[in-house]
Amino acid sequence: MILSFDLLINAIISGVLIGGFYAAVTCGVSISFGILDIVNIAHPAFVILGSYIAYIINAQFGFDPILVSIVVVPAFYALGAGIYQIYYVAFERRGQESLRGLAFFFGLLFITEVSLVLYFGVDYRYVQAPYIGPTWHFGFIDVPMRILVPCVVSLLLIAFLQLVLTRTFIGRAIMAVAQDQLALRLMAVDPIRIKRIAFGISIATASLAGAFLIIIQPVEPSVGRDYIGRIFAICVLGGMGSLPGAVIAAMLIGVVESITSTFYGPSWAPAVSFGFLLLTLAVRPAGLLGR
Amino acid sequence: MRTLPFFLISLVVGAAVFGAAVGIGNEYAFFAGYVVLQYIVLSTAWNILGGYCGYVNFGTAAFFAMGAYSTVAIYKFIADHDLYRMPMPVLVLIGGAVSAVVGFGMGYLTLRLRGAFFAIATLALAVVLQTLVVNWDYVGGSRGAYIIRPETFPLIGSYIRYLFLIMLLLAIAALTIARLIERSRLGFGFATIRDDELAAEASGVPTLRLKLIATTISGALMGMAGAPYPYYIGYLQPDSTFGLDYAVNSIAMPLIGGTTSWLGPLIGAVLLGSLQQLATVTISSAVNLLIVGCLLVAFVIIAPNGIIGLVHKYIQRKDDDFIGRRHVGLDAPAAPPEPAPSATADNPP
Amino acid sequence: MTGLLEVDKLSKRFGGFVALDGISLSVPAGERLGLIGPNGSGKSTLVNCICGTLRNEEGSVRFDGRPIDGLPAHRRTHIGLARSFQLPRPFVSLSLLDNVRIPLLYTVEARAHHSAQHIDELCHGLLREVGLADKARRLPRDLTQVEMRKLELARAMAAEPKLLIADEAMAGLTHSEIEDILTLLVRLNEQGVTVILIEHIMSAVMSFSRRLVVLVSGRKIADGPPEAVMRDPEVERAYLGQ
Repeated sequence: MILSFDLLINAIISGVLIGGFYAAVTCGVSISFGILDIVNIAHPAFVILGSYIAYIINAQFGFDPILVSIVVVPAFYALGAGIYQIYYVAFERRGQESLRGLAFFFGLLFITEVSLVLYFGVDYRYVQAPYIGPTWHFGFIDVPMRILVPCVVSLLLIAFLQLVLTRTFIGRAIMAVAQDQLALRLMAVDPIRIKRIAFGISIATASLAGAFLIIIQPVEPSVGRDYIGRIFAICVLGGMGSLPGAVIAAMLIGVVESITSTFYGPSWAPAVSFGFLLLTLAVRPAGLLGR
Repeated sequence: MRTLPFFLISLVVGAAVFGAAVGIGNEYAFFAGYVVLQYIVLSTAWNILGGYCGYVNFGTAAFFAMGAYSTVAIYKFIADHDLYRMPMPVLVLIGGAVSAVVGFGMGYLTLRLRGAFFAIATLALAVVLQTLVVNWDYVGGSRGAYIIRPETFPLIGSYIRYLFLIMLLLAIAALTIARLIERSRLGFGFATIRDDELAAEASGVPTLRLKLIATTISGALMGMAGAPYPYYIGYLQPDSTFGLDYAVNSIAMPLIGGTTSWLGPLIGAVLLGSLQQLATVTISSAVNLLIVGCLLVAFVIIAPNGIIGLVHKYIQRKDDDFIGRRHVGLDAPAAPPEPAPSATADNPP
Repeated sequence: MTGLLEVDKLSKRFGGFVALDGISLSVPAGERLGLIGPNGSGKSTLVNCICGTLRNEEGSVRFDGRPIDGLPAHRRTHIGLARSFQLPRPFVSLSLLDNVRIPLLYTVEARAHHSAQHIDELCHGLLREVGLADKARRLPRDLTQVEMRKLELARAMAAEPKLLIADEAMAGLTHSEIEDILTLLVRLNEQGVTVILIEHIMSAVMSFSRRLVVLVSGRKIADGPPEAVMRDPEVERAYLGQ
């Protein structure tokens, strides 16, 4: 292993950029798991679904994948709201979310993934967009546009979400529903409706994250599995419900993964995020910016 | 029925099953049957930690794979040093021991975590283990490992029949162990951990110790199921061996069959396993997981207590109609009042 | 002379919030101690620290002459310290009989080996004492509130404790139900069990306690005979004045 300065800087930069994208994938789980305490382990599958939808429209009509994903957001929102309603009636209300709720989402993960395999096959799919090819060069620093653009849009998305959560009534109700459902009821706000909205938003972010994913790399259905550990690691490390925390944690993990991959080879990369997760759980379950 | 008669009867049933497989006349019966038996072991093992104690383990594949890779490592060692081949039962025990250690270690590291965090941590551990194995060239790394399966085994016939027999005995052992636990003080302790860990501690139950026992036994059984696998499959590849497919099956089968007793995983594994074998042959192997996923989601929503729960509800309704009362409610108790511990719904958090 | 339970300058913090501030308490064997205080004064936190459910930052607890700091909750139960929970926490998938069987299996068994039949008899006996014998094979979901409280107490008693802490066992009960529980606790005390009663219902506390301790905002402000404590102006101001 030769410690090349150029390689190191590039690894760090691409790690930070990828981290921005990871944050977009995670922000949905920050809401569903961090705030609502719903272990939606199927979230990556919905992200992949978003990728495939972006792929279909992009391949057919040539529209920009990010724009496509934005247009599709209402559908994803409806999907999320619908799933939460089932989850609530079947599990939360009966107090069975620990085992059976978990199994429910696990089942959804497989249903989604295998349906995609049956429909699209296991070939890698990719999208076309003007910013996917070029790379900016600053001296020895290389910034691929196909990573930069999703990163920038991701951060915009998260900034937008943070504004919604902190400045709007619905957003603050979402933050409150985790802490005190009774207080919400006393304010004539239905906590179940709030949770439904929140979960809808959570799945809606998957649409965008999916577009980002397929811009950054070619996608096939099982790619989602790599992300399960990543997003929960980032969510926990970032302090559960904290979006800024998720961004920092995501970039941290992105950088460490990138450095590991560059200097030790990509086969060690998966262990990085999962190792981080274990460490965080063992040492400080409250995360970096704990709740 | 005490344990010894149960064990003996299972042996008789097992012999009948073996005889039936021979009677079918097609070697494929043994190939397919092996998979179903393997799932009986895996789901029973999972249920000891998941159903009895209430701790969801997503890392089934890791324990299974550790057993498989112990076999591979020993196989390579023997080949390199030109030693005598190690008998399968010994390999099974070694695989079990390795996974027992892994189970104990995992338990020690993660059991202070609650509910969802524990489940996620098991997933993380599985991937870390997978990465370690993939990067260990001695067992073939990401390229995989080839095992040459002997053609025959003395007295029994083809080697696959021998493997079938081994897995049959393992399944009987797993079911007997599960049943033994259920009816013992340990089983009561497990139930209290599932129902209310805080109250269990206050009642004098050493929860940490019991949880470690559960993860160790569960891991050991999974490792034992994995030990013969390289000989069965011939070519071992880390991605599929460590795959989430094992996790979803070992969770779905007990949940569909019923998590409250040893019978649930057995029913779930036989039904779901056979269904998957049928689907693989008739449709495609990808459709398997779709079936599992759909059934899992359906059962978890509609029949939370699994097939056992449905049967009990049916019996209960018959009883109530007989007495002239109408039974109303979503969750009927899973068993009519009995001295043995019986579980119904999850504990409300 | 040291008591059965010795609490020495116990403090517990939750982040920045001080729940318990240097509590010291000495409970001799055979005592009937009443612990009262406004909501949020730290009574349940104190119980949790004594029983090992929570870990205190400062101070120490001694039981039966030995320090028990750092001892896990189940070990404390083994050495004779039992508690009932404020909100009943039954084992929902087990019958009432099996609910009281658990402490017998795991606590009493640890001390002296009994046959399965003997344990069965003990279980039935315990349920009879609390008046739940006819529901022995039912599940906790079938019980009324007061029956759940009784089960909670029966389970604590099943551990054959030297000291029993009853945490608000009587909230929301009718007068006769309160009498039932009180009779139970008195009988227990007469059998040699030290009882700490945490309650809001003053009539019950006054009639049961031989000594009264008052907790306000994490501090002990009074400790003595019930009549004297109730006349203490500080107690009146802090507690009764509300």
